[in-house]
Amino acid sequence: MKKYIPVRFRNFSVLASSRAIWITVILMVLFLVVLVVSVGLGDIKIAPAEVFKSFFGTGSDLHNLVVRTFRLPRILLAAFAGAALAVAGAILQGIIRNPLASPDIIGLTSGASLTTVGFLAIFTTSDNALTVSINWLPLASFLGALLTGILVYRLSEKNGLSQFKIVLIGIGLAAGAEAVTNLIMVMGSIYIASRANIWLVGSVNGANWPEVVILMIWFFILFIMALLLSRRLNILELGDTITVSVGSSTSKDKKILLIISTALTGGAVAFAGGIGFVGLMAPHMARKLVGSAYGALIPVSALLGAMIVMISDLIGRTLFAPIEVPAGVFSAIIGAPYFIYLLYKSRNI
Amino acid sequence: MQGVFRSNLIKGCGLVIFMIIVLICMVASVILGLTHVNAAMVIDAYTHFDGSNQHIIIRQERVPRALIGASVGASLAIAGALMQGLTRNPLASPSILGVNAGASFFIVMAVTFFGMTSLSGFTWLAFLGAAAASAVVYGIGSLGREGLTPVKLTLAGAAIAALFSSLTQGMLSTNEKSLDTVLFWLVGSIQGRDLTLLLAVLPYLVIGWLVSLVISPKINTLMLGENVAKGLGQNTIIVKMVAGLVVVFLSGGSVAIAGPVGFIGIVIPHIARWFVGNDFRWLIPYSAMLGATLLLVADIAARFVVIPSEVPVGVMTAIVGTPFFIYLARKGDFK
Repeated sequence: MKKYIPVRFRNFSVLASSRAIWITVILMVLFLVVLVVSVGLGDIKIAPAEVFKSFFGTGSDLHNLVVRTFRLPRILLAAFAGAALAVAGAILQGIIRNPLASPDIIGLTSGASLTTVGFLAIFTTSDNALTVSINWLPLASFLGALLTGILVYRLSEKNGLSQFKIVLIGIGLAAGAEAVTNLIMVMGSIYIASRANIWLVGSVNGANWPEVVILMIWFFILFIMALLLSRRLNILELGDTITVSVGSSTSKDKKILLIISTALTGGAVAFAGGIGFVGLMAPHMARKLVGSAYGALIPVSALLGAMIVMISDLIGRTLFAPIEVPAGVFSAIIGAPYFIYLLYKSRNI
Repeated sequence: MQGVFRSNLIKGCGLVIFMIIVLICMVASVILGLTHVNAAMVIDAYTHFDGSNQHIIIRQERVPRALIGASVGASLAIAGALMQGLTRNPLASPSILGVNAGASFFIVMAVTFFGMTSLSGFTWLAFLGAAAASAVVYGIGSLGREGLTPVKLTLAGAAIAALFSSLTQGMLSTNEKSLDTVLFWLVGSIQGRDLTLLLAVLPYLVIGWLVSLVISPKINTLMLGENVAKGLGQNTIIVKMVAGLVVVFLSGGSVAIAGPVGFIGIVIPHIARWFVGNDFRWLIPYSAMLGATLLLVADIAARFVVIPSEVPVGVMTAIVGTPFFIYLARKGDFK
């Protein structure tokens, strides 16, 4: 088997590493397995074969209802949110050239949470209904993430973009944003506070199909843009001087990629909340599997991120049933030790 | 580093002035608020208590609040100064290094799972949480050849804080009733706290204040560097452990009373250093006075932002503290 397989299509040609293709295929199969298993588990257990039948609407009525109305939207939402956060993290790690960068560490998630909770507080009437369409919510989250992204970027730019400064400033901004979010929660009704609290830690409970569709479209557009720009990311990762000398525009590329990354974070936070550490873990695992070339790294990160959140959600809703623990709790339980391990590994750098 | 106050005489006078300012702030904290009271009423409330609304408010609400504000502010500022000295990290403070998050986590766990309501239990849990979090963060931060670097310490703190706060939020999201009781406390507030709560914790805080003053010359020596301190005959491990214990007492005790009030521990020591330089014998008392002043002023301001309801004081300190933290991070020369 050759190491690289050329793929040509009219004016477009690329050398794909056969290892990356294999890993992507294996991960896709794994993704399907996790999907089927997690649809099957819960209060009502459904065998995998029955799950497949219900996908196509040919199972029993009860199974159809459980799978198609309750479980599938929730699990798909978890998958897309995880994938979006993972891709956002992969892009950020490339732009900032810091292995510890991720949407939650540099404060994008906190910024998005702030505007999301603010949106809910402003547009919720006294009888707990929204006065504007829920479709505006991702826009609010995106604006929050974008604003934080711009602030972090601008503030850490002094004397060149320092890798560690960006992380420190992100941590500071995140703390400030969290304080304001808490303020909104305390001043609003307990209904908003409780809804916001679940939002903050990240949960996909109560997902419905329109939400899934919006997030799916949002994700795929940005995912394809990220894939098309993956060559630029490969160059950016080499550092500013090399990027400029091979004729790529550093600041323009960085800005576009930063916007893509914040948009992905905003979309995920809008529907699933600030699920932590996924944006950090998934790209790292992907790097171990397929190396740092972004053409392969982005899809592999997306698949891994999707699986991490799906599994966290599965544990969250089955382990302590009937109590539901938000998916973000489990991603933090796995993610924080992983972050510490990364710190430990880079201890002598 | 030298401060603006050079001679010991000026420093002493400055300290007296700051003490007076703290007293003025405490009086202001008793007098100002939605219910108008004046100084004469405050004295009457204790000498000729007549059971009127104003007198009850003064005795039950305003005076405890002023006392709690002053002690918590002072404790957090001293804890921050000690942490910055011990870790040689200008960004160190109980909130950034996850100590507050650890204490909150332990308390919320006790409320959620064991239905705990006893005050003394809260205190011990807060101490335990603060100690656990600081030990872990310190341990992780000192891994590697270079030992404790500011960046590693901050990152370890951020990770531990994120872990603890996720777990705290997870517990709360499964239980709306405990969210309602704990939410206001989680943000950090000194409103409506009972005086008995302060009295339960006060012994530890006072021990913390006194010990921090006693060991301040030792910290000065330690600041010259680990090897120099050892060469001068200091048992650095004991000094560090005592200072660490003081930090745990002060920040754990503060969290038990007021919840996690952020950023006082980071902002105040820097301001105190601007006045008196790096000498811990002066830095500790100055931090205490300035910390008390900041928390009292923030608390008074918190009453007037959205009349008639109140902003938790933790939010006010965070709004002041975030720009300051970013300023420090920008100024700092990190690799």
